[in-house]
Amino acid sequence: MASRTGERPILEVRGLKVYFQKRQGIIGRKTTIHAVDDVTITIASGEILSLVGESGSGKSTLARTIVKLNQPTSGQIFYHGQDVFKQTRKETKQLRRRVQMIFQDPYESLNPHSTVFDTIIEPSIIHGLVTRNKKNRNAIVERMLKLVGLDPATKMDRYPHQLSGGERQRVAIARALSLEPDLLIADEPVSMLDVSIRLGVLHLLQTLKEELKLTYLFITHDLGVARYISARIAVMYFGKIVEVAETDDLINHPLHHYTNLLLASVPGTENSPVVTAKLDVEYASNLADPPSGCRFHPRCPYAKEKCSVEEPKLIELRQGHYAACNYPLPG
Amino acid sequence: MIPQAVLNHETAPTEGALVEVKNLSVTYKTRAGYTKAVDDISFTINKGEVLGLAGESACGKTTTALSLIRLLGSNAQTEGQVLINGKDILTMSQEQLRNLRWKQVSLIPQGSMNSLDPVIQIGNQIVEAISAHTRVPRRQAWEMTTQLLSSVAIHPSRARNYPHEFSGGMKQRTVIAMALALNPLLVIADEPTTALDVVVQKQLLILLKGLQSKLGISFLFVTHDLSVIAEIADRIAIMYAGRIVEIGKKDDVLKHPSHPYTEALVNSVPKVFGDRQTLNSILGNPPSGIWPTGCRFHPRCKYAFELCKEKEPQLLKSKTGSQAACHLISANA
Repeated sequence: MASRTGERPILEVRGLKVYFQKRQGIIGRKTTIHAVDDVTITIASGEILSLVGESGSGKSTLARTIVKLNQPTSGQIFYHGQDVFKQTRKETKQLRRRVQMIFQDPYESLNPHSTVFDTIIEPSIIHGLVTRNKKNRNAIVERMLKLVGLDPATKMDRYPHQLSGGERQRVAIARALSLEPDLLIADEPVSMLDVSIRLGVLHLLQTLKEELKLTYLFITHDLGVARYISARIAVMYFGKIVEVAETDDLINHPLHHYTNLLLASVPGTENSPVVTAKLDVEYASNLADPPSGCRFHPRCPYAKEKCSVEEPKLIELRQGHYAACNYPLPG
Repeated sequence: MIPQAVLNHETAPTEGALVEVKNLSVTYKTRAGYTKAVDDISFTINKGEVLGLAGESACGKTTTALSLIRLLGSNAQTEGQVLINGKDILTMSQEQLRNLRWKQVSLIPQGSMNSLDPVIQIGNQIVEAISAHTRVPRRQAWEMTTQLLSSVAIHPSRARNYPHEFSGGMKQRTVIAMALALNPLLVIADEPTTALDVVVQKQLLILLKGLQSKLGISFLFVTHDLSVIAEIADRIAIMYAGRIVEIGKKDDVLKHPSHPYTEALVNSVPKVFGDRQTLNSILGNPPSGIWPTGCRFHPRCKYAFELCKEKEPQLLKSKTGSQAACHLISANA
C-alpha cells in the first residue's frame, strides 16, 4: 500500500500482531486476546488518517504500540523507514519526541499537581531542550499556549482542576507540540468534551496541522468527526483492518458489510443505509475467541459458507479503496 | 418574575398530559454556597410521547430527571410542582412514593449498566425488583422475568448468567427490562446509550422505540447527543444553564431552531451524510453554577444585543410553533 506521491510514508505498519495473555478466573485457563491481528497500514506525510472502530476493535492498542507503550507479538512498525523495535536508545528517545499522543480523557491525562506551566515545559526538560533560564522557559510556554488559543497570562499558573475540559485538552495539545513532533496520534481527543466545545478543538487541530506541517493518526468511534477531519478512513473490526478508503468514497460507497453496518447505525438521520443486522447474535466482547474465517461472518447478513472458512485478505478492490471481504458490496 | 406557567407556554390538553412540571427549581447546598441547578422550568409530557431533554454538562438535565421521581439528595431543595397523573409528587408521603416508584414511574439512571449487582444472577435481579414493589409470588415473577428478557431480545436461558457474562449492550437491555417490569406510565432514561458502541446503540434505540409505542409508555429521555434525540424523541426541550431555552416538536427544534443556542448546537455537530459543511464553533464554555446576567447565553451568542445583558427572556411562541426564550422573538413579534 504505497503512498500515492511515491515518497516514503511517515509511518508504515506491517503485519502487526499484538496479543495479550489473559487468565480466565482465578484458576482458569490461559487465553490469548488478539487485540491487533495482522494489521498493515501506511500513513503518508501530511495526511490525516482516521481509524474508526468500536470498543474492542484494537484501535487504541494499535495506537499505543506505535508509540511503543506496548510490545508487539510480531510484525513491524517503520517510522521514516526505521524499524522502531530495532532502535538504539538514542533513536527511541528521538521517536518519543517526534511521535506524540493525545489521550481521550482530559481529566486523567494532566498531572493534577502540576500547573499548566509545569505540564508544558516538563517534556522539554526531560529531552534536554531547555536551559534553566527562566525567561527562556517562559517564552516557550507562552508561545505554546498562544498556539492553542489559551491566554498565557491567565492560564499559565492554573491547575488542571481550574480548567474546563476543552481547556485541558488544549493544554495536552500544547504539551504534545512543545517537542516539535511530526506525527501526532490523537486517541478520541474530543469524545469526552461537550458538544459545543468539540468543534473548537477540531478546528485547532486542523489549523495546527497546516501551520506546523503535521501528520495525524486520528482515532475515533464517531464517523461524523472522522468525516469532518480526515481525508482517509480505515475501519477496524476485531483486531483487523477491514476497509480503507478516501473519506467520501468510504461513506458513500462502502465495500465491507461492517462499514455498512456502522453507517446504518448513525442515529438521527434519514440518509443512512438500511441494514438488517442480526440483533440476537451477540458481539463477543470476548476477544479471546475470534470467529473462524472472516471475523464478521456471524453478524453479516450476506455471509456465505466461504466466509466461515476463508479469512479474506485486505486488497485493493477499487482505486485507493481496500476491503477485506469475500463478497463485498457492489458500491 | 412572572412564572412561566402563566405565560403563553405550550399548553397540551390536560387530558393528554401525563406529566406537568410547573416552575420547578432545584437548589443545591454545597461548600461553595448555593447553586440553583434548575431555575424555574415548566414543561409537560403527554401520554405515550417521548420528550427528549438535551443539553451539555451542568445545564440541569439530570437534576430535572431525578426530581421527577424525587431522588435528589438531601442537599437539594426543590420548589414548584411535579404533577404525575394529576398528583404532585413533591408533596407525597414516603408510602405514596413507594407506590409510585417502579409502578408508575421508573428510572434508568446514568451508567446503570455498571450498577447491576455483580454477585447476583441477572434473572434474580429482575425478580428482586418485581418482588420489592409488588406482592407477586416468586414463580410468577420468574415468568414475568423471562418474558421481559425476551422482549429486550435476550434469550431467557441467559437469566442465570451474571452481569460480567453480559456485554455492555446486554446489561443495558437488562436495566431497561427492569425499568419496564411493572408497566410504568413514565420511564425516565438518563443517558441510556452514552457508554455504548454505535451499533449497539442503534439496536437499543430501535428496541426502545418499539417497546415505547407498543406499550404506550411516556419517556423523558435525557442526553447530550442531539443525533440520539433526533432518533427517538417526539418533542425536544433544550436546556442551558438551568433553564429551558427552547421546547417544541422534534423537527421544528432541530431543523428550524428558534433559539441561537439550539441553532449553534445543531450546527456544531459534524454530519456523516449529506453535503460537506463548514461548521462554526461556539466561543466560550457552557457556564457552571455561576450564571451570567440577563440571558444566560448572551456571552456566547452571536446575535446578542444590549437587552440581552440586562433582562432574562421568557419562553415565547416562535414562528415555527416552538417555544423559545430569546429577545429576538419578542423583537420580531
